[in-house]
Amino acid sequence: MMSAFILFGAVAADTAAVTHSIDWVGLLRNVGTIISMVTGLFFVMAGTIGVLRLPDFFTRLHAAGMTDTLGAELILIALIFQSDSLQMVLKLLLVAFFLLITSPTATHAIAHAAYKAGVKPVLGKYSLPDVEEDGT
Amino acid sequence: MTPFIGYFMLGSAFLIIVSMAMMLTRLIGGPTLYDRLLAVNSFGTKTVLFLCVFCFIIGRPDGVDIAMLYALMNFIATIAVLKFFNYRALNVTLMVNDESER
Repeated sequence: MMSAFILFGAVAADTAAVTHSIDWVGLLRNVGTIISMVTGLFFVMAGTIGVLRLPDFFTRLHAAGMTDTLGAELILIALIFQSDSLQMVLKLLLVAFFLLITSPTATHAIAHAAYKAGVKPVLGKYSLPDVEEDGT
Repeated sequence: MTPFIGYFMLGSAFLIIVSMAMMLTRLIGGPTLYDRLLAVNSFGTKTVLFLCVFCFIIGRPDGVDIAMLYALMNFIATIAVLKFFNYRALNVTLMVNDESER
């Protein structure tokens, strides 16, 4: 019971009477914030470790480009759960929309420029397929 | 915002800063130009996230506007640097294609 007080803090205790009433809306908001934030931080940290440790430019780009979009959206959703006013919710939704549009576009532009500049992936025992020149 | 959520967001901001510092090592020691550009782009995205979380921690929601501005500037800077290293110039003169004139 004490851990519930510390964890959620949403239990409003009436000192005069013995009855306790639980703020279910605040508790659900806190639980949604915690779940979204932990998932988003997992994706962001996985992308960063992938950028540090993968052997190749294109695999590094894949690790960063996939996870940054999803992790950013999840962290912004976690902040939307905590915001109080409608103005704040709209601002955070606008930031999430801009990140959702611009992050995959920038990743695609970097990949295309690196492929045009002749950055070779590490293939090991495999070899590149024959790609037409105008197919890129 | 309850105190536990405040400490939780403080820990989240610390993890985002750790992630940004790890991305800086790739930025400094990246083998090619495109590795560095990728690190700059990812660093900017994490900066936007850190700004949003930090505004909630200190209780002043003004910084979300700065975060929005930073997201757009990050995208434009990435595209501009890519264009410069592709053409070696920023004002590229467009070629007139005679065959496509009607």
